[in-house]
Amino acid sequence: MEILLSLFNGILIALEPINLGLAVIGVVVGLFVGAMPGLGSVNGVAILLPFTFVIQSFTGGATSPMIFLAAIYYGAMYGGAISSITLGIPGASTAVATTFDGRPLAMKGMAHVALVAAALASFIGGTVSNVLFTAFAPLLASVALSFGNPEIFALMLLAFATFVGLGGDDIPKTLFSICFGLVLATVGFDIISGEPRLIFFDITGFSHGIRFLVLAIGVYGIGEMIWTINTSRYGSSMSKVDVSWASMIDAMKRFQEAWRGTLIGSLLGFFVGILPAAGATPGSLMSYGVTKMLSKNPKEYGKGAIDGVAAPEAANNSASTGAMLPMMTLGIPGSPTTAVLLAGMVIWGLQPGPLLFTNQPDFVWPLIGSFYVSNLVAVLVNLAFIPVFLWMLRMPFTILAPLIFVLSLVGTYAAYMDMFDVWLMVFVGVGAFFLRILDYPVAPAVLAIVLGPIAEPKLRQSLLLSDGDFSIFFTRPIAGPITVIAIILILLPLFKVIYDKIKGKPAEA
Amino acid sequence: MNMFKSMAIGVAGLAMATVATVGVANAWEPTKPVDFIIMAGKGGGADKMARLMQSIVEKENLANRPLVPTNKSGGSGAEALIAAKKAADPDHTIMVTLNSFFTTPLRQPGIDVDIMSFAPVGRMAEDTFLLWVHKDSGLKTFEDFLAKAKADGNKWVMGGTGKNSEDNIITDFLNNNYGLDIKYIPYKGGGAVAKDVAGKQVNSSVNNPSEALGFYESGDMVPLVAFTDERLPMFPDVPTLKEKGADFSYFMQRAVVGAPGMSDEALAYYTDLFTKVYNSADWQKYKSSKSLMGDFMAGQALRDYWTTQRNRHESILRASGAIK
Repeated sequence: MEILLSLFNGILIALEPINLGLAVIGVVVGLFVGAMPGLGSVNGVAILLPFTFVIQSFTGGATSPMIFLAAIYYGAMYGGAISSITLGIPGASTAVATTFDGRPLAMKGMAHVALVAAALASFIGGTVSNVLFTAFAPLLASVALSFGNPEIFALMLLAFATFVGLGGDDIPKTLFSICFGLVLATVGFDIISGEPRLIFFDITGFSHGIRFLVLAIGVYGIGEMIWTINTSRYGSSMSKVDVSWASMIDAMKRFQEAWRGTLIGSLLGFFVGILPAAGATPGSLMSYGVTKMLSKNPKEYGKGAIDGVAAPEAANNSASTGAMLPMMTLGIPGSPTTAVLLAGMVIWGLQPGPLLFTNQPDFVWPLIGSFYVSNLVAVLVNLAFIPVFLWMLRMPFTILAPLIFVLSLVGTYAAYMDMFDVWLMVFVGVGAFFLRILDYPVAPAVLAIVLGPIAEPKLRQSLLLSDGDFSIFFTRPIAGPITVIAIILILLPLFKVIYDKIKGKPAEA
Repeated sequence: MNMFKSMAIGVAGLAMATVATVGVANAWEPTKPVDFIIMAGKGGGADKMARLMQSIVEKENLANRPLVPTNKSGGSGAEALIAAKKAADPDHTIMVTLNSFFTTPLRQPGIDVDIMSFAPVGRMAEDTFLLWVHKDSGLKTFEDFLAKAKADGNKWVMGGTGKNSEDNIITDFLNNNYGLDIKYIPYKGGGAVAKDVAGKQVNSSVNNPSEALGFYESGDMVPLVAFTDERLPMFPDVPTLKEKGADFSYFMQRAVVGAPGMSDEALAYYTDLFTKVYNSADWQKYKSSKSLMGDFMAGQALRDYWTTQRNRHESILRASGAIK
């Protein structure tokens, strides 16, 4: 009851004209920052952090500046889906999983369905996580604390397990793709020993590792574009889009099909988000994997399943609220964006940590209130802009292809300001095209490069703790069950083959 | 003057603006955004401090071009050192450093970095270290800790930031000087270490006050001893290791350096800029609230400080066997 009262007061403060105005501006800025390939919420928040001092000098407290930045964060989570769907280039790393099915839907002329599903799933994901955050913040903080190194590694293993089924039915090729991604993920300096690894040809650019966005834009921007050009050489590949009220309402009706993905994404995304190692990108990828695994028609995924758009979008919004939790209650950022927000809080004179909720209720509750407000603003703004985004798709491919190429180059440069990354991105794109011709799935490699750098140090820290004894992953109360489930999932295809043999049925190819 | 400048830019375009700028001041000023390299990952002590500096520059409008922070945490700072060394435009490249500035070039001669080639912009503070345990451990004093750690042997786990880093050096000292066998687990950042002490995933840490403050205030983490010369004003009841009879203190430099090859004019500009940052009310407040020590230091004085620190770290690393 006390919580509801605090929340109600918080929402009232968030609805004050200045705060509401900042939320609307923040959401719109975030939407566009998120939609620009390469620029994600972290860039938007970092660039506008200094501007918050102007806000602070007008409003006094830390509440309004934080509402502004949180709204950008939110908006960007919505915006990331837009370029993933319309152009096939992930707008941000959190929206990579959205391209898996969002792009195929757009190619089928169902971009409006994908965009509406993304917006509504984002809204539901955001709302679910807001409610969980409000009700259980202190409790969840202790859950986050109970996740040590072995637990996080077990969770990463589970994520890989869900993706063994992601690359279609060809398990060996999927495993190859995961291993290939894991090798790429080890490039750069090793955190544990501090030694450089796989710095190919002594090129300095490799010393910071192969960055995830470089790979993602290469694969989904350049690689996908070459693929489209190659497959549609003689036909017109102009997408048909229908912008009308009827089609929008139809799209909203179609969203009912995506309840399963939305639900999984909302819950799983939030949970992964609160663990201060992961963040929204692994959350969205895992949700996609799990949704596909639990689906009755896993074969539709990657070809335009609405669930495949809803799950990662619900997850990345849910995770972004989730990631606020360790930031506020433990003082540890769960994602790069929350790291910048954390720095902001320190600068505004707040001390994030277990006592923030008790010592700074005047800051905390209006901020939580603003999550609700921003989420609502974001879905309305997003739905209103959908016709504009659809218009982009009406461009003939002869214009769109060069545009994608330019956006990929500019976006990669904007993300890290490093020309080496731009060349690497083009190289990766061409490589991905050939892998695709050879029918190797690339999504598992993309997953591996996100999760690899999280999983590897956790694996090694755990083994240091246990003096190299792998039983540490089985004997701990939280890590144990997760590890066992992960291993069963990995072995499941094998069981299936054996089962089919015994039953005398021919093994499915 | 400023108004004239911006009007000139608006009305007459870039050429006119250049003339106006030259008219305002002859001294060197950045002509494009400044690359502000952070030698550590996001969210740790160094990162928060760097972003605070950046914000003070913005808030007080101290520079005509923004500082653009980029985190390069790879290889205990090796990635950052290499990036600064190879910077295309040294006049627009500055870096926030930690003690890995001294240790990493010693440990990895392969990266071929001479720290004396960096420009001494300014030392903003010296960060302090304390020994932390969880309140549920029941340990109240440093002696309690020694007895418990000795009894537990290598089952006692210390979390710390990076291999052969500041935290590792202090842990090595405790092991060697008190006959302990503490197991050291390297982490990516100090925030994650503090979280794992609070969550009882590891037994102890030597976090900086800024990293452990949240959990100290909530009562989860307890400081037992300070690795400083004198007791810290914020922790008046926590004795120093020197009081306990060991001639050992250890600090972390929080300094801004310029990329090798930076011109003297640019160096003078940045030293002036960071002197202003140092003197700002925000920085002074941060310094006292996070238990930071040390005065501003620049130029030759800072170079001499580097020489002393490098020699000291060389002997520490040699003694622990990290280098030969």
